[in-house]
Amino acid sequence: MRIALFATCMADAMFPQVAVSTVRLLERLGHQVVFPGRQTCCGQMHVNTGYLPEAVPLVRHHVEVFEESSWDYVVAPSGSCVGSVRHQHAMVARRVGDENLAERAEEIAGRTYELSELLVDVLKVTDVGAYYPHRVTYHPTCHSLRMLRVGEKPLKLLQAVEEIDLVELPQADVCCGFGGTFSLKNAPVSGAMLEDKMTNVLATKADVCSAGDSSCLMHIGGGLSRLKSGVRTVHLAEILASTRAEPTR
Amino acid sequence: MSVGSREAVLNKIRTALDGQKMPGPIPREYDTHGQHAPGSEHVIETLVDRLEDYKALVVRVGPADLADTVSSRLQGFDRIVVPAGLPAEVLEACRRVGRTVFVDGDPAILSAAELDEVQVVVTASRVTVALTGTIVLDGAADQGRRAISLVPDRHLCLVRADQIVETLPEALHLLEATRPLTMISGPSATSDIELNRVEGVHGPRTLDVVIIENS
Amino acid sequence: MTTFLGIPIRRHADPSSPLREGESFPHAARREVNNEQLRGNLSRATATIRGKRAAVVAECADWEQLRDAGSAIKADVMSRLPELLEELERNVIARGGTVHWAADAAEANEIVARIAKSKGVDELVKVKSMATQEIGLNEYLEEVGIAALETDLAELIVQLGHDKPSHILVPAIHRNRAEIREIFLREMPEVPADLTDDPRQLAMAAREHLRRKFLTAKVAVSGANFAVADTGTLAVVESEGNGRMCLTLPETLITVMGIEKLIPTWQDLEVFFQLLPRSSTGERMNPYTSLWTGVTPGDGPQEFHLILLDNGRTNALADEMGRAALHCIRCSACLNVCPVYERAGGHAYGSVYPGPIGAILTPQLTGMHGHNDPNSTLPYASSLCGACFDACPVKIDIPTMLVELRAQSVDSDRGRKVPGGWSSAMKAMSWIMADDKRFRAAEKGLAAGRLIAGPDKKITKLPWPVNGWSSTRDTPAPPKETFRQWWAANRADGSDGDRAPEHNQKPEGTEGP
Repeated sequence: MRIALFATCMADAMFPQVAVSTVRLLERLGHQVVFPGRQTCCGQMHVNTGYLPEAVPLVRHHVEVFEESSWDYVVAPSGSCVGSVRHQHAMVARRVGDENLAERAEEIAGRTYELSELLVDVLKVTDVGAYYPHRVTYHPTCHSLRMLRVGEKPLKLLQAVEEIDLVELPQADVCCGFGGTFSLKNAPVSGAMLEDKMTNVLATKADVCSAGDSSCLMHIGGGLSRLKSGVRTVHLAEILASTRAEPTR
Repeated sequence: MSVGSREAVLNKIRTALDGQKMPGPIPREYDTHGQHAPGSEHVIETLVDRLEDYKALVVRVGPADLADTVSSRLQGFDRIVVPAGLPAEVLEACRRVGRTVFVDGDPAILSAAELDEVQVVVTASRVTVALTGTIVLDGAADQGRRAISLVPDRHLCLVRADQIVETLPEALHLLEATRPLTMISGPSATSDIELNRVEGVHGPRTLDVVIIENS
Repeated sequence: MTTFLGIPIRRHADPSSPLREGESFPHAARREVNNEQLRGNLSRATATIRGKRAAVVAECADWEQLRDAGSAIKADVMSRLPELLEELERNVIARGGTVHWAADAAEANEIVARIAKSKGVDELVKVKSMATQEIGLNEYLEEVGIAALETDLAELIVQLGHDKPSHILVPAIHRNRAEIREIFLREMPEVPADLTDDPRQLAMAAREHLRRKFLTAKVAVSGANFAVADTGTLAVVESEGNGRMCLTLPETLITVMGIEKLIPTWQDLEVFFQLLPRSSTGERMNPYTSLWTGVTPGDGPQEFHLILLDNGRTNALADEMGRAALHCIRCSACLNVCPVYERAGGHAYGSVYPGPIGAILTPQLTGMHGHNDPNSTLPYASSLCGACFDACPVKIDIPTMLVELRAQSVDSDRGRKVPGGWSSAMKAMSWIMADDKRFRAAEKGLAAGRLIAGPDKKITKLPWPVNGWSSTRDTPAPPKETFRQWWAANRADGSDGDRAPEHNQKPEGTEGP
């Protein structure tokens, strides 16, 4: 398969290892990865903060970059950004009366997948041949869980990882409190949610807290770092990319 | 008679709805019937399970044992209220051992204060839902006014097996909407303190159900 | 007050109204979230109810079908509201009831007071009702010399505690048993001094306290859970029997009902009577449901008044998307699953409608009047986690509506001469991110973050507007190399980053293409 990578602005600028891991993983599985270099951001932050007209140029740019059809699928290592492409782009376009843009956005949304969806649903693989000898707990992230309905797919992928010690996260389906600009506009409530999420993470005695979204991981990781807890945050893609020959830390 | 802002409100609604897209048809794919016949053993067992779960008392009897059962379940109480249309054998059972039985409306209806002095109310019922453990009274002659089944602290309620349906939709189909209806699922209860259920607040604190099986 | 910060507003949008208590959500929430007692009480209570709800919903094999039907019935009601209201009115009148129409809170309050005064009473009993809380009925009646006695246990706790409700279904959810005992000892002269905090004893104290009142009340006021247009039947769903007492014993019954509480047919009750109890108290069925149609000679109140209340509902109705907020059946399932509600508590929302549904319903009922209106902050009182949408028995897409209301809130504020910080930041980021060259340049600028991060590669203090973030969270230093730099160095062949895979063999155990 020829797969275009939508790295997401956050992974590109702040967590490049997530996008690198996605590339390495898909290539290891025998696929050709393309990186459309003009890509920027899906605009979710603008939409979710209420700046819909400001999101329109971002949606248009995303559509122009990804509507080329030389690749079979678009993949992003983020449930949240895929959720935006799938559930918000056409809505934003229609709200300003641009039906043409809305239809083009829908076409792209139809072949855009979050990483675990792409692997399990499209590429039909759950054992990706990964090796990761650490104690890991997994936070499923709200948008993967409730917007994309990825369900157990990330866990199935992790369960197949060699030498992983996967431990269940208590109250896993409760939001970590990030919510984009929510964590700024309502920082104390967001902080209280984070506190409870961290309590649950620490209760698992895991060395690593993983998730399919860099943004939620940045939030949880930021809190765990402030606590000097020693628990690291590692994206799902990084674990799946890890092999005996080239292990991810 | 005051109608207040009738036209103003209706006009605002009409303006608000102006040019709207009409919604599609209503999907009704949910279950409207149970898988078991009214009064079947499975349905009765389900009802008993639900009533016990709600901390109601429940007993199953054959028609021949009804009067004796009613009398024995009234043991220890001596002031009873009944609706005017209760079956004769049940009324007779209520009156045994010198119990005082007030028949509401015969000759006079009881005031709220008088009802408060009564210990037990005995009524029949109209229809019962097994899956939710819900008994419905519809104010017919064998059930009486709503007040009589509310104020006394104990409610002895008779449910005939053939009146027990499995699901709520089946029961609603059997009811006449314009009658005063009371749906009772267990004794009165509250969950207002830390969301812990406590049985028995303002309504009858004890619900005692006699299921009369088919002969 | 007829103006709010210089903006003329309608009467129902009065800053001191039960729909706009005056404080913004972020301010109130900052205070409430630090109340350890409150957080403990709420977390225990909502965890209990979530567990119960999940268990009884799982029993229902046709739950999703019931939700679909419930959602569609409510959409149908909204689209035919005038006809259905007139049908309800006809049927109530035909059965001996009187129907009143109230455009706003003031009019509804006046109607209730007028009826009560005509009966010569200075006290009446009340069944828990959101509509009467929304219009501030108790406070109004007190002003005109009529005591309104709340009879629902939680409402009684709130009333005796001179407190405000914090939950739609369990208004005293923020109080634990020890606090309730304190309130009862202080406010109920008849309770024994050895009253314990056992919930059963507390419930019995409430029973004793209200018994005489029920038996002697001449007038009762209730809300309605449902009104059936094709039969004129009203329904009240409850647990304790206080509802039955109020609906049965007094001579006069006054029911205040929002115009959206309507359902078209008797058959539709089969959907809502299954959805509501499971979603609200987590029971298969609530202990008591009362249904009445007008007046029944010889049984129950012989005078029945139905007040149909608008109070901003037509504002919400006019927004074709926002209209769905009126589908709400007040079950409060969304509150119980909301992580924001669980931590901030109901009072932080500054409205009788708290939680996720309150965050969309309140601003729609009152309108949002610029960035200084506390209700403009309500759509932001959510992390958009979506738990509310999943729990809603009538499938109100609360997250999408929150986003839409955020957009409306932003749009309503675009006329400001000096744009706010958020607006400037969002505009700047939109300009940068809509173009990859500008975006690349910004990424280079971000690398400056490496300088402020110490040797441990952590940033621990950030400026406004992200200072709230850094109070409890570290931020990693930006990486040495962005992904696109890595790609250019490791994969790109000069074109658009296109390149064949390094090795094409599949790892063992995979079923690749």
